[in-house]
Amino acid sequence: MNARRPPQLDLDELVGDPGTRVIVCCGSGGVGKTTTAAALALRAADQGRCAAVLTIDPARRLAQSLGLRELGNHPHRVATGDGPGSGELHAMMLDMRRTFDEMVYAHTSQERAAQILANPFYQTISSSFSGTQEYMAMEKLGQLVAAGRWDLIVVDTPPSRSALDFLDAPQRMASFLDGRTIRLLSAPARAGGRGFRKLATAGFGLFAKAVSTIIGGQLLKDAAAFVQAFDTMFGGFRERAKATYELLRADGTAFVVVASPEPDALREAAYFVDRLATEGMPLAGLVVNRTHPVLADLPAPRALAAAEALEGNRATPLAAAVLRLHADRVEIAERERRLLARFCGAHPAVPVVGVPALPGDVYDLDSLREIGRRLTGS
Amino acid sequence: MISAEWPAELARARLHVVTGKGGTGKTTAAAALALALAVGGRRTLLVEVEARQGIAQLFDQPPLPYEEKRIAVAPGGGELRALAIDPDAALMEYLAMFYNLGFAGRTLRRMGAIEFATTLAPGLRDVLLTGKVKECVGRTDSTGRHVYDAVVLDAPPTGRIVRFLDVTKAMADLAKVGPIRSQSEGVVRLLHSEDTVVHLVTLLEDLPVQETLDAVTELDAADLRPGAVIRNRVRPSRLAGRALTAAAAGRVDEERIRAGLAEAGLDLKPDVVDGLVAETVAHATRAKVQAAALTRLDEAGLPSLELPELTGGVDLGGLYELVEALTAQGVR
Repeated sequence: MNARRPPQLDLDELVGDPGTRVIVCCGSGGVGKTTTAAALALRAADQGRCAAVLTIDPARRLAQSLGLRELGNHPHRVATGDGPGSGELHAMMLDMRRTFDEMVYAHTSQERAAQILANPFYQTISSSFSGTQEYMAMEKLGQLVAAGRWDLIVVDTPPSRSALDFLDAPQRMASFLDGRTIRLLSAPARAGGRGFRKLATAGFGLFAKAVSTIIGGQLLKDAAAFVQAFDTMFGGFRERAKATYELLRADGTAFVVVASPEPDALREAAYFVDRLATEGMPLAGLVVNRTHPVLADLPAPRALAAAEALEGNRATPLAAAVLRLHADRVEIAERERRLLARFCGAHPAVPVVGVPALPGDVYDLDSLREIGRRLTGS
Repeated sequence: MISAEWPAELARARLHVVTGKGGTGKTTAAAALALALAVGGRRTLLVEVEARQGIAQLFDQPPLPYEEKRIAVAPGGGELRALAIDPDAALMEYLAMFYNLGFAGRTLRRMGAIEFATTLAPGLRDVLLTGKVKECVGRTDSTGRHVYDAVVLDAPPTGRIVRFLDVTKAMADLAKVGPIRSQSEGVVRLLHSEDTVVHLVTLLEDLPVQETLDAVTELDAADLRPGAVIRNRVRPSRLAGRALTAAAAGRVDEERIRAGLAEAGLDLKPDVVDGLVAETVAHATRAKVQAAALTRLDEAGLPSLELPELTGGVDLGGLYELVEALTAQGVR
């Protein structure tokens, strides 16, 4: 059985290696990505590195302990107390809207940028387009790397519907803003139907009419104005999206896929691992959060038989209860082992580390350090 | 039978929206509820809207097509059907009702025109999804009877639920006249009526409970009706009162354990006993967290249902165990 054990993921080696410049934590929602990202950055800082963590949507109390309530779309230093090392930890929370605004300002004249920002369609795109958060997370990561201020950046990824959205969204968004469809559809609104003739089939004309009945002519007009104003920036945007994408494939970047020992989370993790391989992106390994390893070497049937034997003995309720809760734990651990074995069977080369669950919640630096110790098996 | 966990106003509802923080087991809870509501010869529909194919995976079936499909049989006779709504297909379905697009429709779909339209007006996607749900809730057969006794919607997570259901707001983005507008007015009526309740699935942990409480406030503010809180994966506490409190504080009477083990004929090495003690502390700490979460959850003042942790994991057999638990708490 030992032969089938997956290779151990050594995260201390990863965060301690000066060659590691970017760590991307990804996985499905609710598996502890943010906590893992923050714990890794803190661990790196404690080892003497100058680390920044970019969080997307941290839980309130974790945000407080990282001092993230302050405004500002830039990392600021976190007082890490008497950490063992002499490094620094910086933290920030992504402000999607401000990142987008800054990107617009960086690519066009002041006047034009103001025009774009005032467009109602821009407000939709920058606040609720389904890929904006992913796109902006990547953009911000690119900026942080370019700043050269930190020697390790750990990035948390948005709570996407599916882990894969994270890789696809920037591309989708770029092709959407750049797309032919928007021109076709906005053409009638712009030119009252003239100039549309050449482009469209009768079916498309009908469709455009139907769409405009549904979403309204004003919206199409706004969209058209937006696309026109954006036209000059497309080149720059695309360049940037491409550069960030390349950054993700570069040496010095490592992906850490995070899951919990649940079928859904592990299935998402498996998709993600496969996808990273297809894209040629460097996978460090899989973190399985909140496992329940057995701490006492006693087979469950023996424990249950003993608990059974003690039943009715009023002097020994504690021992009976302890035996039963141990049997529960064995069963849970067994289930987690089976689920993980399924993943490892399909991905035998992926290094894995299990992180035993903390009994309580994680919301301060001490518990983050404890998570860090568990992540690194120390 | 009326129970505090499942009062008459919940039993009367025809649309059960199930939401919860990511990772709390929303889909499993929704499926168990849909099956429990079908018990005894009724027919229910379980709907998903996020293109995850979570239902198919749970019932160990190939991906669901965009059509209602019989997926399971409820205890005591009763039928569960399932539907995965695809917003693109739903938009095409709408358009086809009013415009004859013919082949052009399919071409446009390939070009991504639908995605474009739903992207341009993000509310449109939600209106289409809820519109399809409304159609299922209201559908009647030739005798005028409802085709489904109840519809259960595996909805987006708590963070997005109000935006998803607040069709009125979404419609502000859209044209002031036209087929979708009149359709959506019917959706608004249904969602804000006594026929609709929004159940919240949570784990007994700090963060999910906080999100649940926040969601209840948001639902109230949007004039949407919270239904029951469904506490998922609740683990039994093996320790009683004082021993639990002591163990959670790290105090475990090792001598008493050792004596009890000897009594049962177990002679264990010291490191095994240490392991048992550590497991006991972890168990007690978690039980305390559960109890505290439960107390906070009571603030919401909602009816609440409990689903046990399935130590073996959720498979079809496990799902029926959950159905039994719901039925025992009065769900029907």
